[in-house]
This record gives sequence, C-alpha cells and structure tokens, in this order.
Amino acid sequence: MMSVGAPKGLPSSGQKPITEMIHPLSAVEEPLSPAPEVTVNAGGDKDTGLTNGTPVETSSPASVSSLFNRLQLDDDLDGDASTETRDLFVTVDDPKKHVSTMETYITYRVSTKTTRIEFDLPEYCVRRRYQDFDWLRIKLEDSQPTHLIPPLPEKFVMKGVVDRFSEEFVETRMKALDKFLKRVADHPVLSFNPHFNAFLTAKDLNKRQGLALLTKVGESVKYVAGGYKLRARPAEYASMGDYLDTFSGKLGTMDRIAQRIVKEQSEYLTELREYGTVYSSWAAVEEELQRPLEGVAGSVSTCCRALEDLSENISQDFLPVLREYVLYIESMKNVLRKRDQCQAEYEGRLEAAVLRRQEDRTPIPAEVEKCQDKVECFNADLKADWERWQRNKRQDFKQILTGMADKNISYYEKCQSAWESLITVLQDKQTDDKTRQGPFGRCFKALSSSL
Amino acid sequence: PLLVLAFSVCFVVCNLLAFVFQMVEKGTSLLKKLEMNVSEAEKRTGKNSVNMQETYTVYLIETRSAHTDLNTPVPDMLWRRYSEFELLRTYLLVTYPFIIIPPLPEKRAEFVWHKLSADNLDPDFVERRRVGLENFLLRVASHPLLSNDKIFFLFLTDEKGWRDAVLETGFQDKVDSRLKSLSASFRVKNPDKRFTALKQYSDELNTAISQLLRIRARVADRLYGVYKVHGNYGRVFSEWSAIEKEMGDGLQSAGHHMDTYAASIDDILEEEEHYADQLKEYLFYTEAVRSVCRKHELIQYELEMAAQDLTYKKQQREELATGTVRVFSLKGMTSKLFGQESQEQREQKLMALEQDIKEGEELLKEKNQECHEFVQSAWKDIERFKEQKDRDLREALISYAIMQISMCKKGIQVWSNAKECFSKM
Repeated sequence: MMSVGAPKGLPSSGQKPITEMIHPLSAVEEPLSPAPEVTVNAGGDKDTGLTNGTPVETSSPASVSSLFNRLQLDDDLDGDASTETRDLFVTVDDPKKHVSTMETYITYRVSTKTTRIEFDLPEYCVRRRYQDFDWLRIKLEDSQPTHLIPPLPEKFVMKGVVDRFSEEFVETRMKALDKFLKRVADHPVLSFNPHFNAFLTAKDLNKRQGLALLTKVGESVKYVAGGYKLRARPAEYASMGDYLDTFSGKLGTMDRIAQRIVKEQSEYLTELREYGTVYSSWAAVEEELQRPLEGVAGSVSTCCRALEDLSENISQDFLPVLREYVLYIESMKNVLRKRDQCQAEYEGRLEAAVLRRQEDRTPIPAEVEKCQDKVECFNADLKADWERWQRNKRQDFKQILTGMADKNISYYEKCQSAWESLITVLQDKQTDDKTRQGPFGRCFKALSSSL
Repeated sequence: PLLVLAFSVCFVVCNLLAFVFQMVEKGTSLLKKLEMNVSEAEKRTGKNSVNMQETYTVYLIETRSAHTDLNTPVPDMLWRRYSEFELLRTYLLVTYPFIIIPPLPEKRAEFVWHKLSADNLDPDFVERRRVGLENFLLRVASHPLLSNDKIFFLFLTDEKGWRDAVLETGFQDKVDSRLKSLSASFRVKNPDKRFTALKQYSDELNTAISQLLRIRARVADRLYGVYKVHGNYGRVFSEWSAIEKEMGDGLQSAGHHMDTYAASIDDILEEEEHYADQLKEYLFYTEAVRSVCRKHELIQYELEMAAQDLTYKKQQREELATGTVRVFSLKGMTSKLFGQESQEQREQKLMALEQDIKEGEELLKEKNQECHEFVQSAWKDIERFKEQKDRDLREALISYAIMQISMCKKGIQVWSNAKECFSKM
C-alpha cells in the first residue's frame, strides 16, 4: 500500500527547509498510518497543488470500507474523550511583542508533546504569529476539503477601534488560537496532516504565501468549474443545513443579549459608584452615624468591584466562544456546499455516462466510479466530523453557560458577604450604646467606681 | 470613706429620681393611653371649595384605649383627608415653634425612577402615603409635649367638630410672615452659635439625603434594566432548545430560571421604596429643624431690637438731661436753628422718655425671658431629635443591608438552579 521511495509524512510542496529536517532513520513506515493519507488522496488525488503528493491507488471499495471501520473506531475513542488515548498535546501561551522597522506584531509560543512517530522528537517549542495560524488553516482547508476545519479568531481588527496590543485582546486571541490547535490535534485525520506537523515543528515556516493563495483560488475554481447542479439534497444534509442556519441565528441573538447586558451593567456600575460616594460625603457631616454610613459606602464599593469582574468575564470568556461558533458554522456550511458539489458532479457524470451507454454501449468509465467513491468518502468524513462537532459544541456550551452561572453566583456571594459584615458592625455598635445609656447602668458604674 | 459613701448615696438617689422623671414623662405621652393606626384608604368624590367635582383619597384613623379593660373597647374611627393632616401640622408648627414637628409624607411623588408611578391616585403611592400618615400620628403621639395637645386629640376623635376647634384657636394669626423671618435671618447680630451650627447641619443633611435619593432612583433604574435584559435569555434558550436533542431539556428549564430572575427585580425594588421613604422622612425633618432655627433667629432679632431701642432711648434721656448732643439728630439741628426749647417742654419730654424707658425695660425683660425659655425648650427637643435621628437612620441602614442580602440570596438561588440545568445539558 505504501510507496517507499517518496518521503512520506512530511509536506513535499517544495518546502525545502522542512524536508531537511527529516531524519532518514525516522522515515519508518507504520502500517496504520497510511489510512489518513488514503483519506487525503481519496478526496484530492485529482487536485493540483495537493501538498501530500504521494500517489496511492485507493479506488477499490475494499479500502473504502476499511476506511469506514477505522473512522468508527476513532469515533468511539473520541466519545470517551479520555486523555489516555491521546498522544499529541499542543499548547499556545507566552505572547510576546516584536517590534521591527516594518511592523509590530505578537508571537505566541506553541509547545508540543507527543509520542507519535510522525514527529522526530517528543517535544517541540516554536514561536508563531497569527499569519502562521492563518497559513495553516488555509493549508488544511485545501488539503482536507472533506473535513471541517476549526475556525480562527477574527483576522482583521479595525486599528482605531480595537487596541491590537492590549492585554485583553491578546489574551482573548491567544485562547482562541490555543483552542484552534487543540481541536486540530484532537481530530483523527487533521492531526496527521503534514502541514500541521510542519507548523508545530519547523523553526522557520517558509510559507510561500503566494502559492497558498493560488492554491486556494485553484480549489474553489475546481469545485465550481464543474457547473453541476444538485438535483436533490439528501434529507440528512438538508436538515444539517437548516440546523446550522437556525443555530447561527440563535448565536447572533445571544451575542446581542450578552452585549446588551454588558452595556447595562456598565451603566449600572457608573451610577453605583456615585451612589457609594454620596454615602461617604454624608458620613462627613455626621458623628454617631459616620461609621455606619462609611460602612455602607464600603459595601457598595465592594459590590462595584465584584460587578467589574462579572462584566469582564462576559466579554472575555462568553462572547468569544459565541463568535467562534458563528465562524465554525460558516466553515461547516462551506463543507456542506462542497459536498453538494461533489455529489452533483457525480450525478451529472453518471447521468451523461448512462446516456452514452444507452446510445453506443460505451461502458461507464472508471472516472464515474471514482466520483462515487469521492462522494461516499466525503459523506463519511462529513458525518464523522458532524458528530464530533456536535459533541464539542455540547461540551463547549455546557462549559461557558455553567461558567456564566458560576460567575453570577460568585458575584452575588461577594456582595452578600460585604453586606453581612456591615450588619455585624452596625448591630454591635447598637448593643454597645444600649448598655451605655441605661440610667441604671450609669448608677452601677458610678457605685462600683466609688467603692 | 464615710464622705465617699454619702456622695455615692446621693448620686444613686439623683439617678433614681432622674429615672422616675423619665418614666413620668414617658407616661404622659398619649401613645401610652391610646393605640392608633391609619388602617385604610378610600377614594371619594365631592365638591371642592370652588364647587368643582374632584376625586380625593381619605384615610381611616382608628383609635382604641391602650389599657386592656374587662370590657374590650370598641375602636373609634374617623376619616381624614391629606389636607386635614396639613392643617393639623400647620397648627402644631405655629403653636409649638420650639419643637421639631414631625413631617408629613410627601404631597406628590418625587425622586421616582421610571417604573414607579408619579400619580397621586396610584394605589402603591396611596399605600405608601397611608403608612407615612400613620407614622406621623405615632410620632406626634409619642412626643412628650405634642401628645398632650387638645387639638391633636380632637383630630383623632372628633370627625366633624375638629375643624372649627382648630380655627377657633386663632393660630393663623400667630403665623410669622415670611418676610419678617427672612429679614430677621439676615439682620441678627449675635446668633446663638449652637443654632447656627444646627442650621448648617440641617442644610448639609438636606443636601446629602436629596443627593442620595436622586442617585438611588437612577441606580434602581439601571438595575431594573440589567435584570430585565436577562429575560431575553429565557426566550432565546427556549427557541434554541427546540433544535437540540440532548441539550434541549437543560436549555429549556434554564430559560425558565432566566425568566424568574428577570421578574424578581419588581419585588426587590418595591421593597427598596420603604427605605427611600425612611430617608424622605428625615429629609422633610430638616425643614422642621430649619423652621425652629428661623424662629430662634426671629426671637433673637426681636430681643436685639428691643435692647437696641432701649439703649437709644437711654441715650436720648442722657442728652436731654445733660443738654449735650452726642448724636446728630434732626431735632437737635432744628433746635439750634430755631431756638432752644423751653424748660417746661424739656421736662415734659423727659417724663415721656422715662415712661418709654420703663416700658422698654419691661419689654426687654420679656424678650429675654422669651428667648431664654425658647432656647431651653428648643434645645431639649433638639437633643431628643438627634438621638431619635441617629437611632432611626441606623435602623434604616440595617434594614437596607438586610434587603441587599435578601436580593443576593435570591440571585444565588436562581443562578444555582440555572447552573444545575446547564450541567444536565
């Protein structure tokens, strides 16, 4: 199955520096690993610019069914979500600002730990900037068109509106980049992609941006050039599309609600701060009431601080995830479209071939069968990714919603304790005064002091 | 040691006497003898003074003897409208100018946040006013001096005859003109320092509480917004749950909790109005304090005027007696120009002046006495008021803190419930 000569496992789209990294001894073939490449080729062996480039015959049904089996096995493992089966760990952290004469930008540390033999070393540490992530994503989309590629945080930010170098922005973006890589790393097919490997390991990512751009254009042209129209979209894919549309709408609504809450909270906070200061200025003109009033001012300002934390959490943890899923949905819709195209092409070719066979008994060309395989592989990949995406979505939303609830609970707990401690102060003073002012109290005190 | 013992015994006896006096004083307050409350409010329509139809609210005052007799007393009841309360209060202000008269609840709703109605006929406003009127009566009835007033008693017991009785007192004639009080405020030369300080404090308190009430209303408005927006989550979770399989139930129930959360703010803010009312009472109290200060200034001014007048007259007598003109006067000038007066004329003038001076001395004595008594009684009441204010406001702050705690607990409850729903997603 596996061709021996050509360097496998590492991208060969002419990125010489990377191929230099191959240790000849490490190019040992693993019987299991061909399967991912089979997927890649099955989907794209007709494509120009495919970076893998390893020629493999894959059209026989037998290989396809084994492919199915492997994917099902993968799904079960994913279902467990156990770290025991994971052999690739990726983290993004340590943002640093780089200033050059041409530009200023941020790089992030990408750390990898793995036992996979596709990697020469067990650990890697490289620095990457957003551009590099973008490059990776484009490469993945091109080389794995049948798969759902996780989204990246927004590329463009209006320079005047958002501070690209503010701690908040960098932090949010870094978390999203981390999530992106983790999702790729957890994907049974994408994680074996050579571009991903290069991204994680290469000292210099010689990206050849121009080529990548051409490639992207090439792809879309490829898919549209067929000009085939899909007759009937199978129900399950249609319902996927509907779901995505509705879900996208709900996400948009939630985004607006969350933003509104942040705005209302900010206005509430402004008034609350002034409210606290009024108690302080009142305290200044009082004697007995000075301490209680200052106490109220103190409790109010504790509540203000707690509210600041709550609002920050919504902006930094909740909203970004909503937006990420909107991007994810766009990605998924794209994949659905491509699938439709794939199916349309197959049906078109089949129809033409059948007609010809009827006319002059020409047998159905092998191409048509290849098309059918393409469709079936695409469908299989899509379904697998859909299931994975649904599971992740459930996890992610469970997490952020629970997080939102937790932050609200924590906010109220902080406020409650601020007011409770005030009451003990106020009430202690009260009992103090009572014993002091009683006339009998005075008597006894006088007596005891004179004797 | 014997001396010490004698001293301590005296000390004890003095304290006991003071204590007894306090009890006696408290015992004379009406509240010990009579229970009262403002229990209901009703709408009435009738013809007003210009013979036009109007709708107004009347409040039911119930009174009952405090002593639990064998024959359970039947509560007396009568209806009064707000303007009658106002009349009573004006009477008290004039009759006891050295007392800080308890204020009435506000005539029109002020410091409202948007959800609260500013309409006088709104049931919530009427209810809060009912409580305020009851509070007013209780304060008057527990005052050592005011509670013994006959007119106050009639207000509580004689529905029809009270109005004539109060007008018969002629209190309206005793009202000091605004102009008089104002000019006194500006011209008084030696104001009592304590009163000056008190006036300043009352102004500062007024400013502080007004500011507080204003901002509190804005804070309430904003908080309302925050809670209500969360209600939108309820709707979107419900819609979202329709397209989900496993997540559906959790989302749906969480949505209900969001609705509960959004709805909870109404009760919370309504309760907070009671706190605002407590603050408002003391805001209006500052007016009463200022009123006492102004009266003092007027009395002090009159005293100073009387003294000044007397001094002037004495000077005149001296001039007339010695023939020296120390102060320039038109009379002096004319007499120089047109010839001096005869001895007889001078004697007559002197006698009239002596009479004036005698009367002036009497007046001065009176005014001195008046001032002295005023300051004594006023200051006693002011001390009482200060203690009451400190007590009441501290209580108000405590109850405000308790309200905040309750609100936090509700918040924790709702979000914990929502969290449970999320965890089941």
